[in-house]
Amino acid sequence: MTERREVFVQGNIACAEGALYAGCSFFAGYPITPSTEVAEHLSEELPKRGGTFIQMEDEIASLGAVIGAALTGAKAMTATSGPGFSLMQELIGYACIAEVPCVIVDIMRGGPSTGLPTSPAQSDLLQAKWGTHGDHPSIALVPNSVEEMFSETVRAFNLAEYFRTPVIILGDEIIGHMREKLSIPAPGEIEIVNRKLPDSDGVCRLPYRADGKYPACLPNFGQSRFHVTGLNHDESGFPTSDPSIVQESNARIIEKIYHQREMIDKVEVRYCDDVEMLLVAVGSAARAAEEVVEEYRRKGVKAGLFRPVTLWPFPKKQFREYAERAGRVVVPEMNMGQLRTVVERFIPSSKIVPVNLVNGEPIDPEFIIFTIEKCR
Amino acid sequence: MFDYSVYLRNEKLPHIWCAGCGHGIVLKSLIRAIAKTGWDKNDIVLVSGIGCASRLPGYVDFNTLHTAHGRAIAFATGVKLAKPSFHVIVVAGDGDALAIGGNHLIHACRRNIDITLIVFNNGIYGMTGGQYSPTTPLGDKAATAPYGHIEPLFDVAELAKGCGATFVARGTSYHVPQLDEYIYKALIHKGFSVVDVIEACWTTHGRKQKEKYKDNLEMLKWQRDNAVPFAKAQTMSAEELKGKFITGILHQAERPEYVEQYQRLVADVKGGNP
Amino acid sequence: MEEEREKGQPKEEIFENAKGSLHIIPARCKGCRICIEFCPAHVLTLDRKRLVVTVSAMEKCIVCGLCELRCPDFAIFVEKKTEK
Repeated sequence: MTERREVFVQGNIACAEGALYAGCSFFAGYPITPSTEVAEHLSEELPKRGGTFIQMEDEIASLGAVIGAALTGAKAMTATSGPGFSLMQELIGYACIAEVPCVIVDIMRGGPSTGLPTSPAQSDLLQAKWGTHGDHPSIALVPNSVEEMFSETVRAFNLAEYFRTPVIILGDEIIGHMREKLSIPAPGEIEIVNRKLPDSDGVCRLPYRADGKYPACLPNFGQSRFHVTGLNHDESGFPTSDPSIVQESNARIIEKIYHQREMIDKVEVRYCDDVEMLLVAVGSAARAAEEVVEEYRRKGVKAGLFRPVTLWPFPKKQFREYAERAGRVVVPEMNMGQLRTVVERFIPSSKIVPVNLVNGEPIDPEFIIFTIEKCR
Repeated sequence: MFDYSVYLRNEKLPHIWCAGCGHGIVLKSLIRAIAKTGWDKNDIVLVSGIGCASRLPGYVDFNTLHTAHGRAIAFATGVKLAKPSFHVIVVAGDGDALAIGGNHLIHACRRNIDITLIVFNNGIYGMTGGQYSPTTPLGDKAATAPYGHIEPLFDVAELAKGCGATFVARGTSYHVPQLDEYIYKALIHKGFSVVDVIEACWTTHGRKQKEKYKDNLEMLKWQRDNAVPFAKAQTMSAEELKGKFITGILHQAERPEYVEQYQRLVADVKGGNP
Repeated sequence: MEEEREKGQPKEEIFENAKGSLHIIPARCKGCRICIEFCPAHVLTLDRKRLVVTVSAMEKCIVCGLCELRCPDFAIFVEKKTEK
């Protein structure tokens, strides 16, 4: 296929198509609303391409299988929602410390616990950064359209391969289930990144050697024999409790993200040059926030939108730049104030207008405007 | 003289296991069995969970994967499916494989995926100090059973067989020549194979059963005196078998193997015959 | 121990008889006594000073190999003399 394909699909399907475009050849998952369409589409498409689809016995097994497959060289992914995402936390940390590339899609739904399986929420934003125990790197991307469900998934794979770390896609039930037009690029239009491999065969003595602030360059299983463990380890891959080595390697796996963060950062900014009322939102809440900005601008109010597409690492430099100009910073989100806790670190809380909804309904422009006006 | 060093990361010896621990005995048996298969070291992936037994992969010169507690089989499933040409072996303790890892065990049995699992069954969580596990003998004292253990234990072989494993054997760290045979046959069997190896942990377990064992050697003698070969067991009454355990190749069957089934599906789909 | 490792090979003690030989690597022996206890010919004993296995009656050794099979620590090996 050398031409673009025009399709009209759900966000979840777009996500699956993005994975395939990026070269995903392995999917292991467990059914959970509202993410199941990702798995179902891949169960149909992967066998056609000689890839592997397996429905595992639970979410923990799903991510385990994904990491195992990734170590053989496969681009591997799983998809889930809140309850499954919670189960996966331990192994997310495993992929972080072992530096294994993989993509985890979380189509957020009402929580906590079983919550509202078929309703949207944005309640896993902080969990995507802090969910797993220990100090670890986090990359999380938040699409807000069907098109972004495609392109951000491609980007997720590219980032995972380059940075040798798990990358999380935070969709939500609205973005996952809504239908929009998608123009699937022709092969070669978007650059696909493949993990760098060392030049070794036989035994790889230092699979986790990295220059200071860079990702390790592990071989694939079968290319070169080496040891992978979730214990703190040194450059050889074998466990160590030497304090100086542990300190250094713990720092490196986080620093590798920040050191080249310009490759990860992505923000959409609208009407922010002269902004006085800054709306900060992600995902489907940002779709409503867009409307609010347009509405205020029509009335002559200098509203603007700051939309992190990469949520983690949080774009604090760019955020500060615009937030400092604004008199008020409005944070609409479908949770009890998770993005707000991040924003609060950079500006006085007196400037913040939180707009929170956790009733399972989509956050809409009227509600945001109502809340803003109530706070005057 | 058999050269173990070909299969070892020699610079990592001596291993961390206690004096008298059976894990080293089983490791050597595994190495001899692998040598007999003639497999290339680059094609072998050895996966483990967490615990004393799960430290094994660090000592052997294959593609080695030390995962999270209970999850070895899940990782191994991903490895095998992504690259079916690999020979995938899982080593895990009884707690790792049967408690936290139980779910993954039963599904691997059901799928009959071509992976070999060796359970280092010493009936205790050794690494963490001797807490009771799903195979700790009834009545034994343990770190979390100071008054004696009240839970009945799993029969690993029956569990594996009941869930669909197509090769099930039980050996011990005492009956080593037989163990070599069971492990070798498990490795070359096409399907999910389980070898339950009865072992003993003196350090965290035997030591607390003062009336049963004086030292680690007596734990091995217990294996010697209470193991009943399968054929002999068929001739014994339930009363005679009380307190004993059965060893040998306990179950072997032919059933479609998972990876093969998946490859067949892919071939059909690609060939236009879904 | 460091010196032995630098040479690449740990020190071996070899005991021979007409049937074959026993190779003991004292540096690896943890003194668990499994080989001693279960040797059918009572060939082995514990060196009380070093707390490692040693051979006390090589003439009785039938090179059955059980000590090697049951040693957990790669500390004792059996070599049979091949018949011509």
